[in-house]
Amino acid sequence: MSGFPILSVMMLVPLAAGLACLFLDAKAARNLALVATLIDFALGVVLWLNFDVGGAQWQFTERVELFSGFSYALGIDGIALLLIVLTVFLMPICIGASWKSIDKRVGEYMGAFLIMETLMIGVFCAQDIFLFYMFFEAGLIPMYLIIGIWGGQDRIYAAYKFFLYTLLGSVLMLVAMLYMVHVAGTTDVPTLMAYDFDPKVQTWLWLAFFASFAVKMPMWPVHTWLPAAHVQAPTAGSVILAGVLLKMGGYGFIRFSLPMFPEASAQFAPLIWGLSMAAVVITSLIALVQDDMKKLIAYSSVAHMGIVTIGLFAFNTQGLEGSMMVMLSHGLVAGALFLCVGIIYDRLHTREIARYGGLAINMPRYALFFLLFTMASIGLPGTSGFVGEFLSLAGIYAISTWTALICATGIILGAAYMLYLYRRVAFGDQKNADAAAMLDLDAREYLMVVPLALAVLWMGIYPESFIAPMRADIAALEARISAAAPEGDSKVTVGKEKPVHEHAAHEGAH
Amino acid sequence: MDWSQSLRLIAPEETLSIAGLILLLVAAWGGDKASRLISILSVAALVAAGVMVSPALCGGAMGPDTSAFFGQFHADAFASYAKILIYISAAASLVIAPAFFERFKAMRAEYPILVLFAALGMGIMVSAGDLLTLYIGLEMNSLAAYVLAAFLRNDGRSAEAGLKYFVLGALASGILLFGMSLTYGFTGTTSFSGINAALADGLSNGALFGIVFMLAGLAFKVSAVPFHMWTPDVYEGAPTPVTMFFATAPKVAGMGLMMRVLLDAFGDQAAAWQQIVLFLALASIVVGALGAIGQTNIKRLMAYSSINNAGFILVGLAVATPEGASAMLFYLAIYVAMSLGGFAVILMLKDENGDYVEHIPSFAGLSRTRPGLALGLAMVMFSLAGIPPLFGFWGKFLVFKAAVDGGMIALAALGFAASVIGAFYYLKVVKIMYFDEPADVVKGESDVWHKLILVISCVVISPLGFFLTKWLGGLTDTAATALFHAL
Repeated sequence: MSGFPILSVMMLVPLAAGLACLFLDAKAARNLALVATLIDFALGVVLWLNFDVGGAQWQFTERVELFSGFSYALGIDGIALLLIVLTVFLMPICIGASWKSIDKRVGEYMGAFLIMETLMIGVFCAQDIFLFYMFFEAGLIPMYLIIGIWGGQDRIYAAYKFFLYTLLGSVLMLVAMLYMVHVAGTTDVPTLMAYDFDPKVQTWLWLAFFASFAVKMPMWPVHTWLPAAHVQAPTAGSVILAGVLLKMGGYGFIRFSLPMFPEASAQFAPLIWGLSMAAVVITSLIALVQDDMKKLIAYSSVAHMGIVTIGLFAFNTQGLEGSMMVMLSHGLVAGALFLCVGIIYDRLHTREIARYGGLAINMPRYALFFLLFTMASIGLPGTSGFVGEFLSLAGIYAISTWTALICATGIILGAAYMLYLYRRVAFGDQKNADAAAMLDLDAREYLMVVPLALAVLWMGIYPESFIAPMRADIAALEARISAAAPEGDSKVTVGKEKPVHEHAAHEGAH
Repeated sequence: MDWSQSLRLIAPEETLSIAGLILLLVAAWGGDKASRLISILSVAALVAAGVMVSPALCGGAMGPDTSAFFGQFHADAFASYAKILIYISAAASLVIAPAFFERFKAMRAEYPILVLFAALGMGIMVSAGDLLTLYIGLEMNSLAAYVLAAFLRNDGRSAEAGLKYFVLGALASGILLFGMSLTYGFTGTTSFSGINAALADGLSNGALFGIVFMLAGLAFKVSAVPFHMWTPDVYEGAPTPVTMFFATAPKVAGMGLMMRVLLDAFGDQAAAWQQIVLFLALASIVVGALGAIGQTNIKRLMAYSSINNAGFILVGLAVATPEGASAMLFYLAIYVAMSLGGFAVILMLKDENGDYVEHIPSFAGLSRTRPGLALGLAMVMFSLAGIPPLFGFWGKFLVFKAAVDGGMIALAALGFAASVIGAFYYLKVVKIMYFDEPADVVKGESDVWHKLILVISCVVISPLGFFLTKWLGGLTDTAATALFHAL
């Protein structure tokens, strides 16, 4: 693959298609969007197959000095590779999810989605810090329009909240970036990742980055934009928001905060643990009392992101790998759950849980898939959710027993709210006639849920496929940050050697 | 330094003055019927002047060779850069005007001539090397501007705008003159290099007062808070092509003049004026953003937006480094493009009777009835808000980069945080156009010149603009270097 600028092409395809969609009618725009996202998915598969596991850290690099002040530099490591593959995998499904439910201003909608895809790929493969910032910020515009134009009621409030919250976080990060570039004299991300900033300054830089990533993540207590945005966004908007946009925060931590400011990360680790514990417990409890399905899943996303952050700030390989796995799994599972909600929303046009019931009777196949994704969200072994959550908790247990203990309750609470949701929607009596009359999945919906289900099972049964590409990068990151690891409350002691048996010693003498 | 070389250096100014005088005669004989011809010739004169100044910019002219009339006038790369922006703005205000004034049957032959003289005055402002040159340029521009603001003489709002602009502008000129006389009194000279030399061993209290009063007068011209009160009323009342002119060219000239005075004449006394500029900058950013939130008239909104942007530009001045100056110049170029685009849209928003629609809620659902216009205005709004990948971001990026590199990190953090407030009202316009149900008010046909200006500005502020960064960045760096070597 040497010489072929595959990353640029992956960004260019949806961009060109997106701009073309603005001028097309509904039918042509749908088809073009689907074709473009499928091409990008195919390119993503090619990218993965050609990724040299165990090879150079940064692969598929491109660098052109097009601009003053920053350069057009792209390149991926294993971490970015997986997130890009996740993005291009979810995109065709998103287009499929909007096939029928979006009937006004289709061209603009598809255009916004495709441009989003370009920007998300850009975020994950930018190797210049300012280029990263531009992609990171630019996603606000299409997302603002998607929520605001095609969302439900209160969409305008949600759109404002989403935009202004994330913008305020990001501008502080930009100031920190300007300072870093001023001090280090380069905008190159790999160089900055190895640059040792003065620990005193790191504190401030870390906080500025934290302001941005915590909002994007989102961490408790700055998560309030997420339920508002999710509930009002169209199904595909929710899928992409949960599936990929939330990963930008985690990616930011793993790419910037941890390797660039290891000392500050250690210093603030207890803060992260505290916020994560609060997120896991509080948002799980909030999820338990929701009667809006999308809100429930949105709150569960915040809880899962809490597991991601404890894994990230466990300062060991297990935790880091675990948090990456939770991110990937959550991308699939939360996306799939929003899709499941969207499928029945398209039929009944309500998200109120009480309006459904007994769907297992009239929609058995739907109920099956919904059950699978519910279980994956809970973290049942054999599904993708288990691997990541287990690794993350194992990682944090090595450093902070209390955090592990409290976050583990999130698994129990997660089971409680997800099973409770499933019971109310799929089991019980068919108390609503209109819900009982709904038809089961059609061919288009099969095409969307089956790939997701397969991916969830694959990741649960053989996670090595996903861990292998990022193992070396995680190890490098661990080597960079382990020296700074904070002292936790887990006091690991080396076990005493067993006293040698008397007669064994005697026998040796014979 | 002989006279012939001086006269050669001011060739663009000579062209504009002679063209203006001849066209005045044409107007006297030809009457309003000749306005079309005069407009075309005025644009030609501006283009010719622009061509004349460009070698100085591209060649990076600076130093003693570029100063005419014993240092009273500098024809260096800095002046050329600012003049090109001024001429572009003036020419744009001329080509869009006929379609607007026809509606009111008010296209008069004087309009292009006044714009021409205003542009001439502004060219003198940015070339000033002496307090007297400064004042001549400033008044030449202002007198033309007062008349332009009141150009729709049957319209009460326009007359009010002209009067307000005149009274407040005269007051500001008075304050500026007072500051100049103090400076002269305490340094014994009016030339910038003389002032700089006289202040070499410290600043006396009197000269400090001189700086303060001069800054107050100049702040009025760039509508920086707290001297911004006139802006919304004048912008709203003045005919839209004139508002477009006010929003662009005088901003460039005012900023250029401020840079000349502060970085040349008082360049070694930066500590004395930095905090004043700092206050002007932050106050403009915040007040401009907060004031805009409640506005329902798009021209008033643009007025507050221009106050807000003036604040961002002044951040570059507060840093007092060549990098900051270069960032300001870059920002000004982007700002001109954004304003031209914005006002081109405003000129195209007409209802079925051909009346201009300025009430923002009437734009509801514009994206469905007039998608092209809505897209253009949305791009301008996002760009003004400084959201990447639109080019407006790069201006903010550069001034704050200069601030961080100059050690003013707190200023950068505060300024950026305040820019989020500004984002709110830009978003509001986008929200009304894209999210609300169509009000179906905007119907009228648009003039081809308006479309052209809009398309050009949209291309510049689109992500394609980033391809300009190398070239334009080189030019602004040259211009900034020239400014720092003007003495």
